[in-house]
Amino acid sequence: MSTNTSPTFLIDGEEISFQPGQTIIQAALAAEKYIPHLCFHPEFKPHGSCKLCTVKINGRPAAACTTQAQAGLNVESDIPEIKDKRRTLVQMLLVEGNHFCPSCEKSGNCMLQALGYDLGVMSPHFAQIFPVRPVDASHPDILLDFNRCILCELCVRASSEVDKKYVFALAGRGINKHLIVNAESGRLADTNFSPTDKAAQVCPVGVILPKRVGFAVPIGKRKYDLKPISDISSRPALPSGGEGSTGQLASGGSLESAK
Amino acid sequence: MSQKIKVATTSLAGCFGCHMSFLDIDERLLELLELIEFDRSPLTDIKHCGPCDLGIIEGGVCNAENVHVLREFRQNCKILVAVGACAINGGLPAQRNHLDLRDVLEEVYQTEPGLTHGGIPNDPELPLPLNKVHPIHEVVKIDYFLPGCPPPADAIWKFVTDLLAGRTPTLGHGLIHYD
Repeated sequence: MSTNTSPTFLIDGEEISFQPGQTIIQAALAAEKYIPHLCFHPEFKPHGSCKLCTVKINGRPAAACTTQAQAGLNVESDIPEIKDKRRTLVQMLLVEGNHFCPSCEKSGNCMLQALGYDLGVMSPHFAQIFPVRPVDASHPDILLDFNRCILCELCVRASSEVDKKYVFALAGRGINKHLIVNAESGRLADTNFSPTDKAAQVCPVGVILPKRVGFAVPIGKRKYDLKPISDISSRPALPSGGEGSTGQLASGGSLESAK
Repeated sequence: MSQKIKVATTSLAGCFGCHMSFLDIDERLLELLELIEFDRSPLTDIKHCGPCDLGIIEGGVCNAENVHVLREFRQNCKILVAVGACAINGGLPAQRNHLDLRDVLEEVYQTEPGLTHGGIPNDPELPLPLNKVHPIHEVVKIDYFLPGCPPPADAIWKFVTDLLAGRTPTLGHGLIHYD
């Protein structure tokens, strides 16, 4: 992939060319080299919180989404040491929330689940925390199931940066950190949130779900059922609905038609 | 004396769906029966398990009897496998974990309109429910995990044949499922 004009660095021994200013993950994805990620989204500024994109850069672990590409870097990603750490991160996310895939409409289109498959996460390993997180079904078109939130802040960022509505925020600290809705009542129905908002399209897991479109695509036929998340060979550089979009969007439908 | 691999299976807080998926390996069952024989299992109706090579557990732990059965399996089985979502993270039965157990029992047996209100069952024969439903690896050591709700028959076949051949069981894309 290297050209005479752009500088390059190495990922797992493969030469990757980049434009100055690109992060390692941006350059990698542009070169169809997959690096696992959850809180990173190509249309948003890096967040650096989920740490799934951790790679070794010249021997030191760092987040690929917050580190700028530089000529001559030696990046290691697909190595047992890093994959073990990513697997542990997924396991910790799984026990921290209530991730019951069989009853989740996002199953098959969920990035957390797909990463579990891809990394070979066969068990949660740790003890389940079983947090108590009531759902918010107040909005006529959108269900919020906080049980699945992984605190990536993509909805927070989309709502503030794109929609300019500031509907979502994180509150609390440590294990008590949680997603909240910016209304006095705390209910989504009491905000100006709309299913066409960018914030409704970006959740990588099953927190923000459109109502009345369940099982439009059967389980087993969904995005990551058909292709592993790491197979990005034929994926457009900037998918319109974002990587975390629902199966309905991914299969060519739209929220408008789904309503 | 039999040289066959001895296998025991049970369903704790599960729906027997994983056992049904196991039966879905269809005619491969005959091939499998050349290599294994069943000890305690819903398929044999043997009530207690003797020394076994392989124990297959479906379902999570929701009551005191589940704990006893699980410990019996752990004591008798060289290799113990958690099969299915409920055994691995509590699954559907664990959906009651955010509720108070007494509230759940009162709603089902005393207050919910449309249900017969016979009172909360208290026959001493009935195992006491636990406050929360737990995955089985929180109670005994588990050697292998086979996720899915249920795991597809092909995943069960791949897993069992890998294990019988002495390989570390691996499921690739398409066989590993959490749903």
